[in-house]
Amino acid sequence: MNDYRIKGRGRVNPNRPVRFTFDGKTFSGFEGDTVASALLANGEHLMGRGFKYHRPRGVVTAGSEEPNALIGTSRGPGRFEPNTRATMQEIYSGLTTESQNKWPSLKFDLGAINDRLYMLFSAGFYYKTFMWPKSFWDKVYEPFIRRAAGLGRSPTELDPDHYASRYLHCDVLIVGSGPAGLAAALTAARSGASVTVVDEQAEMGGTLLSEPSPMIEGQPAWDWLATTLAELAGMPNVRLMHRTTAIGYYHQNMVGLCQKLTDHLSDVPADAPRERLWRVRAGQVILAQGAIERPMVFDGNDRPGVMMAGAAQTFLHRFGVKVGNRPVILTSHDSAWHTAFDLADAGCKVAAIVDTRTDIAPALMQAAMSRQIEVLTGHTATATGGRLRVKSIRVNPVRGGTVGAARTIACDAVLMCGGWTPSLHLFSHTKGSLDWDAKAKAYLPGHKTEAVHIAGAGRGLWGIAAALEDGAKAGADALRDLGRKAGAATYAVTGDRTGTGITQKELPTDRSPGSAKAFIDFQNDVTAKDIRLAVREGMRSIEHVKRYTTNGMATDQGKLSNMNGLTIASDALGKDIPQVGLTTFRPPYTPTTFGALAGYHKGSHFEVTRKTPIDSWAAENGAAFEPVALWRRAWYFPKAGEDMHAAVNRECRATRQSLGIFDASTLGKIEVSGPDAVEFMNRMYTNPWAKLAPGKCRYGLLLGEDGFIRDDGVIGRMRDDLFHVTTTTGGAARVLNMMEDYLQTEWPELQVWLTSTTEEWATIAINGPNARKLLAPLVEGQDMSDAAFPHMSVAECTVAGFPSRLFRISFTGELGFEVNVPARHGRALWEKLMAAGKPYDICPYGTETMHVLRAEKGYIIIGQDTDGTVTPEDAGIGWAIGKAKPDFVGKRSLARPDIVAKGRKQLVGLLTENPKTVLVEGAQIVLDPKQSKPMRMIGHVTSSYWSEALGRSIAMAVVEGGFDRMGDTLHIPTADGGSQAAKVTGCVFYDPEGDRLKVE
Amino acid sequence: MLLINCPYCDDALPELEFAYAGEAHIARPADPSKLSDEEWRDFLFIRSNPRGLHAERWRHIHGCGRFFNALRDTVSDRFLTTYPAGQPRPDVTKLEAAE
Ligand SMILES: [Zn+2]
Repeated sequence: MNDYRIKGRGRVNPNRPVRFTFDGKTFSGFEGDTVASALLANGEHLMGRGFKYHRPRGVVTAGSEEPNALIGTSRGPGRFEPNTRATMQEIYSGLTTESQNKWPSLKFDLGAINDRLYMLFSAGFYYKTFMWPKSFWDKVYEPFIRRAAGLGRSPTELDPDHYASRYLHCDVLIVGSGPAGLAAALTAARSGASVTVVDEQAEMGGTLLSEPSPMIEGQPAWDWLATTLAELAGMPNVRLMHRTTAIGYYHQNMVGLCQKLTDHLSDVPADAPRERLWRVRAGQVILAQGAIERPMVFDGNDRPGVMMAGAAQTFLHRFGVKVGNRPVILTSHDSAWHTAFDLADAGCKVAAIVDTRTDIAPALMQAAMSRQIEVLTGHTATATGGRLRVKSIRVNPVRGGTVGAARTIACDAVLMCGGWTPSLHLFSHTKGSLDWDAKAKAYLPGHKTEAVHIAGAGRGLWGIAAALEDGAKAGADALRDLGRKAGAATYAVTGDRTGTGITQKELPTDRSPGSAKAFIDFQNDVTAKDIRLAVREGMRSIEHVKRYTTNGMATDQGKLSNMNGLTIASDALGKDIPQVGLTTFRPPYTPTTFGALAGYHKGSHFEVTRKTPIDSWAAENGAAFEPVALWRRAWYFPKAGEDMHAAVNRECRATRQSLGIFDASTLGKIEVSGPDAVEFMNRMYTNPWAKLAPGKCRYGLLLGEDGFIRDDGVIGRMRDDLFHVTTTTGGAARVLNMMEDYLQTEWPELQVWLTSTTEEWATIAINGPNARKLLAPLVEGQDMSDAAFPHMSVAECTVAGFPSRLFRISFTGELGFEVNVPARHGRALWEKLMAAGKPYDICPYGTETMHVLRAEKGYIIIGQDTDGTVTPEDAGIGWAIGKAKPDFVGKRSLARPDIVAKGRKQLVGLLTENPKTVLVEGAQIVLDPKQSKPMRMIGHVTSSYWSEALGRSIAMAVVEGGFDRMGDTLHIPTADGGSQAAKVTGCVFYDPEGDRLKVE
Repeated sequence: MLLINCPYCDDALPELEFAYAGEAHIARPADPSKLSDEEWRDFLFIRSNPRGLHAERWRHIHGCGRFFNALRDTVSDRFLTTYPAGQPRPDVTKLEAAE
């Protein structure tokens, strides 16, 4: 009954039936069908609901520009995809699909009540309807918009598929495999150039797949296509890629391609990538993307069964499906007449050809008459009838600008053609200019910015002969630009169906235009009335009209709607189209999966995880980890039953009372060597270095030229001409880059070499009163007594037999050492120290304990206690500045007026009134918590911890004029509306005399 | 993705290998202490920010590691030329005439 398949027609394989489901119902089609063609073959036009008004919607096109027939597809658990174009999804056995934007069912949708509330959803409704009353926003409007906005539903599961990426270089990349693209490919490939041809369709051939009747080079079009594809496929220098969309055109002829590999298969090979993203760098690019048919804008033009004439021709010839038994053609272009003839020849009863033009080529009139098709020229369409499927169209004659009496024609499909728009989206990506061609009534490519050629319908040319000739010329032009020679190519074509047409604004009507639902953008439900309203309400720029009405802002980027919207906007503005301007097309050409863009960079490959040589020990011993820059660092080592708080308290106690061991390998390390090393260090760092003897180390402070703290770290002088510089964990690459910059570009005369050695060394920090007792028996080549190896010393020696750079330094305030050994020995040394430390209950600690211990001593962390606006004086470490030095990076800035001004934020300590209260890091500080909001904030908490050693909380903060507020009470408002009081102190909370560093 | 010609490696290589490093031809004063506050402010913060041709520094950070200069059009992103650090800004009219 509902069989619209025509035997013997189409390129589908009738010997391979395929069953799939749509909204739970099983349908059958043939191999080669899309979901759209298979549903149409079963008489189903209704494929979805509109986004705003939930009006019933059918398929409109046969390609990737489809705005309406968006479906959800499911290929198993986690493999649901919304908004798939039914016109692009090939069917396979087991495919499950569903319609969108409907509830409870596609045929009966309660959301269609919105259609009655039409006035609420006019242009700018986002900005108007929902503005008042304000209290409705949270509870009513926002949930409503969230439900209404967006198409389909997002999948929630992790995508189990994987996606591949490739690079490709070729001489000529051709986008589009219609006659223009194929002719270009033949010319280019025959010269020996490496050629890649891509096409988004499952099959190559472009418009030829919908035009079998012409003869090319004496062969029927499809035979010529097969011969040509075979010739190209047989050439080693040619790569043909179907199901591959050129999604974006980037600088210097890089084109992004997305190749779909498995979405058409019922049996997906294990481990096959679903899609592959190609980055192609092409010598020359040829865009042969054809043109997109424009809808007619009239009341009811969105009813299922109303579709593009060219799409009907594609469904007929490529899929062997008639879209209706009794179609009406509504056109202003000759091309749709041929659709009428082809359908009539296939057995359809074409009810009428309605053309808005009065002057029709006699040959077309003749051909219509010979098929007994009624022709109505100089007519407009003013309405359609039917609910879930068009049943009639209302047409009226237009004479001298007056719309005459209406007549209703029964039909089951309306096939419209409002002219053709050259497909220049990729060309627009290159910022090539588009020039208005008054004759073609279209924007055509103008000034080019890339090595690109446009061929065929993209240049406004019409017909297969013209496309072939232009394609061959584009191929020859590309070869010429590559410095190659092209052979001559001409193509004899008979039976070509050339033609002309006009484009227009919304069709004239005898009814109130205000109540017409004449859609321009089917996907975003924008009507002609919306565009005119936007102009009346003051939108002058096409960019504003676009955003106010959302015309062209849906997932199809206005492939069907932009030109109609522009035409109507220019009419409303009383300007010519080129005066109104164009909106911008941006990549991707069609919606692209995040999976394809992410490629291999997901899961553990999303970001590098740097691990220290001791990381494996930490993992085996139950460490909790935290990310620091790209490193993962042991955060704390919980014992059974311990939470973080308990573990950190225990680690702090153990280190202060006896012995702690810490993996500091992530510290950045840079070797500065050469005869001018000390001069270089003097210029880079604030501190003086000339008098630092080999074997000594010093805290180094690095500023930017603006005087603000950039980095810090202990720096050891190994020899006269060799410094072992340490940086913060996150700052290593930045510091090296900054050093290289000054060395290469400001002081190239200095004889200095910089080497990153971060990963050459494993660094183990040993802290606590028993640190020396642990190390001394293991060290050879260095007297470990306090006299021979005092605080801030460095030596090359061996530790537990490993060659080592041993520092006596402390970031805890306890007696401390840092042992650097070649990275490969890191874990072995760690294990030897753990074993040797047993008598002292040696305790491994992580970054959290490190933070607490350093905060108890007021040692700053760059980037936590500083934020790029803190000077050495602000941070209370002005002592690190070599005041006698004539210059260093940032010195001049320390005398800038705003740097020496009063009232700068300064780093101070805070002790809460309630010792149990641990402030929130980042919390704002005020003088008076009772002041009205917004309160004046005078600083913020930078570091805040529970100090086990002090039995109370401690905090550091930057506060305006903080050094002058010692002893004052400040207030820290909390999120619950309360406030905490805290007293300003110095930053050194523990052992202010520093006696613990000197323990014997 | 741009292709950038490193004048040291003498090869056009993907943008991913390079890092941008600000406007070119702004030398650090030999003796900053001689500069007035206004002159030092200008050195620190004031940049030309042109719409069009811009002389700027790049570093071939994932290659030879060296800093070099480039003339780039900030509208089209097109590189007119690249040249080693320390060389004067090339004459644009000559470059364009040569094209
Ligand atoms: Zn290089």
